[in-house]
Amino acid sequence: MPASSNRSTTTDAPPRTGRVRRLHLPQKLRNLELFLLLIACGINAASVVLVQLGALGRIDTTLVFLGAGLSALVLAMHVVLRVVAREADPFILPIATLLNGLGIAMIYRIDLANGESGWASASVRQTVWSALAIGCAIAVILIIRNHRVLFRYTYIAGFVGVALLLLPLVPGLGREVSGARVWIGVGSFATFQPGEIAKIALAVFFAGYLVRNRDSLSMVGKKFLGMRFPRLRDLGPILVVWALSMSVIIFQRDLGTALLYFGLFLVMLYLATGRLSWVLLGMSLFLGGALIASQTLDYVNGRFRNWLDALNPDVYGADGGSYQLVQGLFGLAKGGLLGTGLGQGRPEITPVPQSDYIIASLGEELGLAGVFAILALYLLLVARGFRIGFAGNDDFGKLLGVGLSFVIALQCFIVIGGVTRVIPLTGLTTPFLAAGGSSLVANWIIVALLLRLSDTVRNQPRLVV
Amino acid sequence: MNRELKRVSIVVLLMFVALLASTTIVQVFQADSLSADARNTRTLYDSYSVERGPILVAGQPIAQSMPAGDEYKFQRTYSNGPLYAPVTGFIPLNGAPTGLEHALNGVLSGTSDAQFFDKMNALITGQNPTGASVEVTIDPVAQQAAWDALGDLTGSVVVSEPATGRILAMVSKPSYDPNLLTVHDNQQVTDNYQALLNDENDPLISRATKTLNPPGSVFKLVVMTAALESGKFTPDSTFPNPATYQLPGSSAIVINSGGGTCGGGDTVTLATALRLSCNIPMAELGLQLGNEAIRDTAEKFGFNTDYSVPLDVSQSVYPTVLDDAQTALSAFGQTDVRATALQMAMVSSAIANGGQLMTPNLVDKVTAPDLSPIQVFEPEAMERVMSAETAATLTQMMVNGVQDGAASNATIDGVKVAGKTGTAENAEDEPYTLWFTGFAPAEDPKYAITVLVEDGGGLGQTGYGNLLAAPIAKDVLEAVLNK
Repeated sequence: MPASSNRSTTTDAPPRTGRVRRLHLPQKLRNLELFLLLIACGINAASVVLVQLGALGRIDTTLVFLGAGLSALVLAMHVVLRVVAREADPFILPIATLLNGLGIAMIYRIDLANGESGWASASVRQTVWSALAIGCAIAVILIIRNHRVLFRYTYIAGFVGVALLLLPLVPGLGREVSGARVWIGVGSFATFQPGEIAKIALAVFFAGYLVRNRDSLSMVGKKFLGMRFPRLRDLGPILVVWALSMSVIIFQRDLGTALLYFGLFLVMLYLATGRLSWVLLGMSLFLGGALIASQTLDYVNGRFRNWLDALNPDVYGADGGSYQLVQGLFGLAKGGLLGTGLGQGRPEITPVPQSDYIIASLGEELGLAGVFAILALYLLLVARGFRIGFAGNDDFGKLLGVGLSFVIALQCFIVIGGVTRVIPLTGLTTPFLAAGGSSLVANWIIVALLLRLSDTVRNQPRLVV
Repeated sequence: MNRELKRVSIVVLLMFVALLASTTIVQVFQADSLSADARNTRTLYDSYSVERGPILVAGQPIAQSMPAGDEYKFQRTYSNGPLYAPVTGFIPLNGAPTGLEHALNGVLSGTSDAQFFDKMNALITGQNPTGASVEVTIDPVAQQAAWDALGDLTGSVVVSEPATGRILAMVSKPSYDPNLLTVHDNQQVTDNYQALLNDENDPLISRATKTLNPPGSVFKLVVMTAALESGKFTPDSTFPNPATYQLPGSSAIVINSGGGTCGGGDTVTLATALRLSCNIPMAELGLQLGNEAIRDTAEKFGFNTDYSVPLDVSQSVYPTVLDDAQTALSAFGQTDVRATALQMAMVSSAIANGGQLMTPNLVDKVTAPDLSPIQVFEPEAMERVMSAETAATLTQMMVNGVQDGAASNATIDGVKVAGKTGTAENAEDEPYTLWFTGFAPAEDPKYAITVLVEDGGGLGQTGYGNLLAAPIAKDVLEAVLNK
């Protein structure tokens, strides 16, 4: 003992005990996070100021103060991470902060164009929702110290997910906004899209369920065309999720949400079983359902027509036609490579420029350069989530991490792809950017879970990532 | 699981690549066509929000953008609107611009490629881009004189400079006030536009560049050019001189205007035929030349061709298929021969300029806001229509027509005027179209002028070119020569 303690005090190299290394590493990560956070907050503040200079020609301090409050809250979350998740991924929080802030700046810009201000304006509400969402994220980080806890609640999560999804169909509680019945509201205020929260619950459920049942889903079944197809009795889960998605299409009239959940389920199913046959089966089920829906449901049919023939004057002028889509394209075209500059475009011409079409608004004022930057941020965020999947060593955590990240990627693809005519346009919010409280809360909870998962992964002594 | 995860990663990557590609397509490759879409209100607001460059006549703006203080930021105003309407056109609040506002929209709005560095500069400095100013070739004295001389008649006067092709006056009546269409009130613009559109006198249509009329006897200049250039005819070539002439293969009869023979005698020279503007000798000449020869010459003058000055000019027509009777009629500008006033101005200009037709042009130069020149229009040769010799011969024949012939009312004391009148028949009961085209001074032509009077000048089928069109030309020529 004396010899060893002698040696440790006399060598110049830092002592290599596990305890000291654990103290050293998180500081590095958290310092990096703090540095990036400060940059993100700086960009956000600059965007708001630029919006004011562009649209008002002067600086108005109200929203700057609100933004400073948000920055303080995000920094508080950073401090919480220093204590309870020291080895969490340092990129996730700054990216979410930056996207959230850019969204607020653009929503504020549209408020200015529409002459709205004060507590009724979308930007102030978005700021308050952001504060609430970050609060939720901090709570999740503090409460869930180990993600395996969630594994215990697999079926409860599943039940909660389905219940939330179906909640808007309850008479008296559900609200219909622009044709889609995906909202709930009490009285005339506090409308909420429970489906946004449902995606987290469902991701937990899928992860838990698949980890428990992957063997029966992947091992047995007949081989056909070089692929092993599942037994008929194992088709239960995929049929249930499919039926759920179809009911969302039919009763809630929301193509995007259905696509999101079904896509999430398929990807997690594929990850868990490693069998392409599930994906083929699921895709043909969904495409078949969507095809029947496009023939029988007017709104689905209209979406396809708007997508394929947007610039046709008949489609453009029709009720529920491609007017909005084409106006969004006009906005993007106006932005060109470098954009008009914040506060200097006319994003308000496009209907709902602050929610579904926020990417078109940002594209108009920040140009292709700005859109590329935003897409890069999303891609980076998703990539950080996927790292959890690659590096993790418990299947539940891997599945959950990848599932939650994939939900963000798929949601971006559905919305932005819809706006830019890659796929038919369906109503979904752009994660973090678009106006909408439920979406913010859900996405910040995802951030909290990803942070928790990444912390767990790095804490595993066998793997260094 | 990691093998599957890699595949899913690739799928996610492909999804994002698809988004990068789609946004690039929309924002870069389709941007121009989307911006040009008529339904794109952003482009419209932008066209008002930039300080559009002025259109200048002799340094004075005839169209300019004044600060407006509303959402459109600038109000386009036209001073002396009706006088210059056929030149400026207008940029309406809710539609496509016309006239030079349309033809030079790129430079006027500051969005042309020539102004790329200005645009970049504006982007970096944060200043609003400003359009370039356009100096037109119009001479205010000539324009005003033409406007006054035309009076209340329906028609057009075009004055140009034969040696350069510069258009000095371009008047069309009845005209309209472009300011009516630039008020910042959508409904009012629509109402005003509809009212102008429904006006049976078609004030929105420029009689100088857009309407096509049978040229009648002024087309004899084209046929005479073809005859002299063929080498087979001289002014002294003679033709039989009957009082009536039956068209070959037809029961229709051609008579000279006023009836009777052309001058006296059994035969008539081409010089006399042109001087007195007789139809029968021209019909005979036309048949001998054949319609291919006439068409070739007409096309050298600019018939059957699209051109812009840079206003788009309607294509004047010498028909492609003609039988003998129609060929004979076309020799004095009837059947389906059609011409714009500007086209006939090009005919006189070519003769005046020693047979060399210059490209007609309405714009002198385009100047950037910092006064650096963006585009300077130099005189440009368009076509050598005839030899200098032929041009001199024709000039003398036209001088005789004014001094001692059918165009006598264009006579100006002390100035040799060369001219040719025209009285063209439209449909059977419709009023005549009256013409004068010519130039002065004949020995050193400075001004070529074409007068078009539609609708018989209010006299139905009793008016004729020398009565109504020639005096207008005289008034305008006097005004510009005395300047």
